[in-house]
Amino acid sequence: MPKFNRWWILKPVVFVACLIPTLWITRAIWLTYQGLDGGLSANPIDDVIEFTGIWTLRFLMITLAITPMRRITGITSLIRFRRMLGLFTFFQGFVHMMSYIGLDQFFLWSEIVKDVLKNLFIMSGMIAFILMVPLAVTSTKRWIFRLGGSRWQAVHRLVYLSGVAGVIHYYFYEKSDIRNPLAYGLLLFGLLGFRAWHAVRQRALKVA
Amino acid sequence: MLIQRASDIPSSEITSETLYHNRREFIKTASAILGIAVAETIIPGTPTAFAAAVPQAKGRYDTTEKPNSFEDITNYNNYYEFGTDKADPAKNSKNFKPKPWSVKVEGMCKKPATYNLDDLIKGFTTEDRIYRMRCVEAWSMVIPWAGFPLKALIDRLEPLPSAKFVEFKTLVDPNQFPEQRRSFLKVLDWPYIEGLRLDEATHPLAFIATGIYGKPLPNQNGAPLRLVTPWKYGFKGIKAIVNIRFTDKAPVNTWQQQAPQEYGFYANVNPNVDHPRWTQARERRIGEFFKRPTLMFNGYEQVAELYSGMDLRRNY
Repeated sequence: MPKFNRWWILKPVVFVACLIPTLWITRAIWLTYQGLDGGLSANPIDDVIEFTGIWTLRFLMITLAITPMRRITGITSLIRFRRMLGLFTFFQGFVHMMSYIGLDQFFLWSEIVKDVLKNLFIMSGMIAFILMVPLAVTSTKRWIFRLGGSRWQAVHRLVYLSGVAGVIHYYFYEKSDIRNPLAYGLLLFGLLGFRAWHAVRQRALKVA
Repeated sequence: MLIQRASDIPSSEITSETLYHNRREFIKTASAILGIAVAETIIPGTPTAFAAAVPQAKGRYDTTEKPNSFEDITNYNNYYEFGTDKADPAKNSKNFKPKPWSVKVEGMCKKPATYNLDDLIKGFTTEDRIYRMRCVEAWSMVIPWAGFPLKALIDRLEPLPSAKFVEFKTLVDPNQFPEQRRSFLKVLDWPYIEGLRLDEATHPLAFIATGIYGKPLPNQNGAPLRLVTPWKYGFKGIKAIVNIRFTDKAPVNTWQQQAPQEYGFYANVNPNVDHPRWTQARERRIGEFFKRPTLMFNGYEQVAELYSGMDLRRNY
């Protein structure tokens, strides 16, 4: 089988799949706008904020799952999807943050600054987003060359912190039902724990 | 008084034309804000079929603000016994049985007993109350309740002079409440408990709802009887009450027990005291695009005298 084919076919497929949540919420807003049932509640603005938030976290988990999946399955070509998934995470996070700034706070910057500094809930979300910005900026091949592989990789480890901040943000969001934040926390712990375990094992193999 | 059943309601009274009324207004406002052209313009006070079905503001305690639609009031609920999603109560309460219903009255009163609900509220005249409801989550609605003043019930039960508080409990029935079947990572400790100081409970605004829009109270809104204290956050409005106890000690209400640094006994609506995780200065009225300022005591300033001399920052 020629080397180039299937991954380059799969890439647009994954791209379109990643658009599904955005297409769904766009459709829901449009139907609501038409006065029809778009699957949103009586409080559609809060629905949009919640929906984009949870999908940010989901995309982040999927992105973080790429490396463990490569190592476990041996399908190293999965790496081809990592940047795209990471950028989708950033995109979801950006829409989420903008819906908070625009639809929840109506661009009242003084209120937003107060909120970010005063509430751990908002602060953790903002930190999770800000940590993703340098990753999105340096996601191009040019930046990999410019920084050099190991330095680039070091920068991109910020995603671990972003994930931790994101899960904390979700935990603060829930009033008493912590089942979902806990599940995401355990998932993140597993994904990061795998990396730690792998690093330790590599070192041990090198020594031996 | 008998509690009317849904079958008594002629279909003409069902407000189907208006299901999306509020949502449409939200949409129009939203599109106006976003600069999207819409064929219709926003005309405040446009007469709709709504007007016929909504109880008109006539009592001294009624707000003249436009009530939310029956659809929104019955599909956007916090009722954790049925699930934590806002849509869960409507979805999971279909087989709930609000009849027959009994209420156990106990503690410091002259009439402790287990009452059949019909006997407990016999003779009370049903009245409409159009109240604002402000949820602690910073959204609000206007709801046309039907029911009777809580004072009528308290007086009937004749609390002793030693009684200073009244405590309410929600039904515990894992067969009917799916969340009560869960033992691992329980959302709340059951039963749900709420309480009022006796002078709060006998304030004319304190109300027991047995209906909405002139219809029997839907299960997801707390059938067959629930508390309504419009100057307090919505979580004080305990639903499906099965227990009323008079006491001289302040009851520990469920949310206070769950997170004492976030929820107190009083839970008076107060724009100046933020929830630790979000501001209480503004709220989104369901159906509206922009948030509006939250009013002290949710606009029910007449209750202020109940709290004169109290530090409401400490007694949140």
